[in-house]
Amino acid sequence: MNAPPKAIAGVSTFVDDRIGAGNFLKRNLRKIFPDHWSFLLGEIALYSFVILLLTGTFLTFWFKPGMGEVTYTGNYAPLYGVKMSEAYASALHISFDVRGGLLMRQIHHWAALLFVGGMTVHMLRIFFTGAYRKPRELNWIIGILLLSLALLEGLTGYSLPDDLLSGAGLRITQGVAQSIPIVGTYVSFFLFGGEYPGHDVISRFYSIHILLIPGILLALVSAHMILMWVQKHTQMPGKNRTEKNVVGAPFYPAFMIKSGAFFLFTFGVIALLGTFAQINPIWLFGPYTPADISAGSQPDWYMGFLEGALRLMPSWEINFLDHTVTLSVLIPALVPLGIVMTGLALYPFLEQWITGDRREHHVADRPRNNPHRTAIGISGMTFYGLLWLLGANDELSANFHLDLYTTTWFGRIAVFVGPAIAYWITYRMCIGLQRKDAEVLSHGVESGVIKRLPNGQYIEVHTPPAEDIAEHIRGKKEIPVLESAEDGEGIPPKGARSAIGRLRAKMSQAYGTDRVPLTDGHHEEAHEEEHAGVGAGDRKELH
Amino acid sequence: MTEQNEYPESGRVRTRVLGTPPADAPIVDSDPIHAPEGVPGVIPQDPVKARKAERLVALLFLIAFLAGAGFIASYVIFQVGTISKTATSNLALGGTLALALMALAAGLTVWVRQIMPKYNLIQERHEMRSDDGTREYVKETFLQGADESGFVKHKLLRRTLLLAAAPLGLLPLVLLKDLGPLPGTSLRHTVWGEPTKNGKPRRLVVEGTGQPIRAADFNSPGGILSVVPEGYEEDLNALAKATLILLKFRPEEIKSGTNLNWTHDGIVAYSKICTHVGCPAALYEQTTHHILCPCHQSTFDAADGARVVFGPAARPLPQLPIGIDEEGYLVAKSDFKVPVGPSFWERGDAEAEARENAS
Repeated sequence: MNAPPKAIAGVSTFVDDRIGAGNFLKRNLRKIFPDHWSFLLGEIALYSFVILLLTGTFLTFWFKPGMGEVTYTGNYAPLYGVKMSEAYASALHISFDVRGGLLMRQIHHWAALLFVGGMTVHMLRIFFTGAYRKPRELNWIIGILLLSLALLEGLTGYSLPDDLLSGAGLRITQGVAQSIPIVGTYVSFFLFGGEYPGHDVISRFYSIHILLIPGILLALVSAHMILMWVQKHTQMPGKNRTEKNVVGAPFYPAFMIKSGAFFLFTFGVIALLGTFAQINPIWLFGPYTPADISAGSQPDWYMGFLEGALRLMPSWEINFLDHTVTLSVLIPALVPLGIVMTGLALYPFLEQWITGDRREHHVADRPRNNPHRTAIGISGMTFYGLLWLLGANDELSANFHLDLYTTTWFGRIAVFVGPAIAYWITYRMCIGLQRKDAEVLSHGVESGVIKRLPNGQYIEVHTPPAEDIAEHIRGKKEIPVLESAEDGEGIPPKGARSAIGRLRAKMSQAYGTDRVPLTDGHHEEAHEEEHAGVGAGDRKELH
Repeated sequence: MTEQNEYPESGRVRTRVLGTPPADAPIVDSDPIHAPEGVPGVIPQDPVKARKAERLVALLFLIAFLAGAGFIASYVIFQVGTISKTATSNLALGGTLALALMALAAGLTVWVRQIMPKYNLIQERHEMRSDDGTREYVKETFLQGADESGFVKHKLLRRTLLLAAAPLGLLPLVLLKDLGPLPGTSLRHTVWGEPTKNGKPRRLVVEGTGQPIRAADFNSPGGILSVVPEGYEEDLNALAKATLILLKFRPEEIKSGTNLNWTHDGIVAYSKICTHVGCPAALYEQTTHHILCPCHQSTFDAADGARVVFGPAARPLPQLPIGIDEEGYLVAKSDFKVPVGPSFWERGDAEAEARENAS
């Protein structure tokens, strides 16, 4: 093709004449995007969001966010003639009287689960590879905001159908809101338009769910994308990849089509789930009444850790001067979420403070190469994961025939002990993996060829690792350590004199010291020494 | 667009727009716009394989077309109306939709991977920060603008502007006041304390059927009954506080925590609303007399004034004083003596207060 087709040329000229789009396209059409499977995790969240907007809009055409009482006369026979809220009746209408309505409802719900799931694993990828480091701290914070808002969006969304299950979630939300010291009662009355459940909360949650939060999400997602675009994507270490370049495929045409395909895959998988995996069968639960509940009520997965925290908490409550502070609700509702979200938001800055590292980073770390960070991350995941698991302790108890209270006690202890054990195990694993890397570089890999030497000794011949693997390993970066050594006259540097300064220097030392430096290329000299480091069990030669 | 490259007042180096290559370098460092085959970093596919892949892609696109058409056909053919019809329609619509999407996605993927060249292009990165010249220029411009605007010099202007903004900023908050009434003491009362139309004590009726309960008929120790106030059977706001569980014990089973004056012939009524976060405490284990809230497993000993034996709830389920009317039906003798449901800031130790008032 020597000239663009007339249609494209004409439109392009029209647009360029008016807004000078050519300048933008000149710079960006061949923008390079690096490739790695883990870079697709965030895309899952992005595409789920698009699917949520599409299916959500469809659902609004029939959903009636009202709490007024109606008598159900739709197609679902078991509930015919039952009095229920408009919201529940219209949700049933969408499920049974609108063609494709049930499918869209189920796709919407599955996409929501995948949206938060995609964001979560994307965030973990960013954390463990250190991709939040300068200059990407702002985008990291935007990401944390997105995740927090997504939780709220999910909560307001699954409260809407006004069935018995969603009502249970709403009741718990209200109980938590009411427990807030000083303002709690007012917060609850203002949110629900008076006493629980009132007649307003569904319509209020509706406008929050379909307008307010999606609007903010859309703005933040756009900002997230723009910053990623401007700063260029990080890349994994490898051949020719440096902090000064980005290696990969151009936006036009390869990345564009690949992304489109991935959107369709995501949509396809969610459509499959929506078709074959029933989710939130509201017609089985019946209309909401505050007097009833079904056993085994579970929230959507992303609320599970809060649910678990509520279940594990002992019954602490303080009464003083005619006032009540309900620690048994406040602590589980605020502390785990606070620890996780605040910890995540502050991590880039804490790490900078500890390492003193103010450089830009564009090559991602392999998790093993920053063992303390990785251990902290796995600790956090263990804390979250245990709370999440214990959020279903009734199901665990019922399905695995465990004593219910034993699961609670296990959880109460495990949320403290588990993260510590996870930290230690992860740290050791990282060091072990680093040693393996060092060994691959210095000894090469096993070739499977056994050689007999003239003196009768047998050895296995090692061959140098494949170039791409070696380059990937050599991408390991030193973590800077703050200068804290005393000078010739026994005086420590300025920053390390105060108590905090000394602590900082110590932490820096622990965080940054490289326990397993890579020794590269010195195949013969480093031989014996390396073996000592690797340990007898790893001896590859047969003597 | 962002082509502000030169600074008229000095002969500084031309600066670049962030994240773009230098003005005198090619746009994409290693790759001209019309990449002929054999350019470094662009590795073309074997034409024979590409042609083979094209046939596969075409097949996948054809499947996507057929599945998409199938979706439209399914919409027309499969009506909803009954549970099984809805299930069929869902299966047909979802199946065709998923197939169309997946086939299209697979086709695009094969296209990228087997027909388009493999890319290993390198683009340069540049430090995100602007150079010192730009920073200096922006700083000067900022100061100049601030000076020109007079915002710094004219104190009165500045202060009155801030003053003017303050109430406007508060307006949205003020406007939200009518979102709800103030709580007052409403959380301390339930409809059990409301006077009835005929002035008689309010009857306990069975949830769902609305039947009043004759004390003599409720004689199945071990049973648990969900009970609501007569006249408020469908008032959700009333039910959220006033729903009860009714149990009957043999006299020897009742322990000291239960207020015997508030029972009738071994029949005890507790608030069903959990004191943790308000779920209905609906499960009952008859051998241990444990009431269990299914939400967070707060467990109460029904024989002992519903005191907490396990779980996060901090207070017992309040007991309702009950008796019988002249026809022998169970009635509430008064409202709960303490607030029901989850704790709140203004609640205080209502139990201690109630004990003091009683003694």
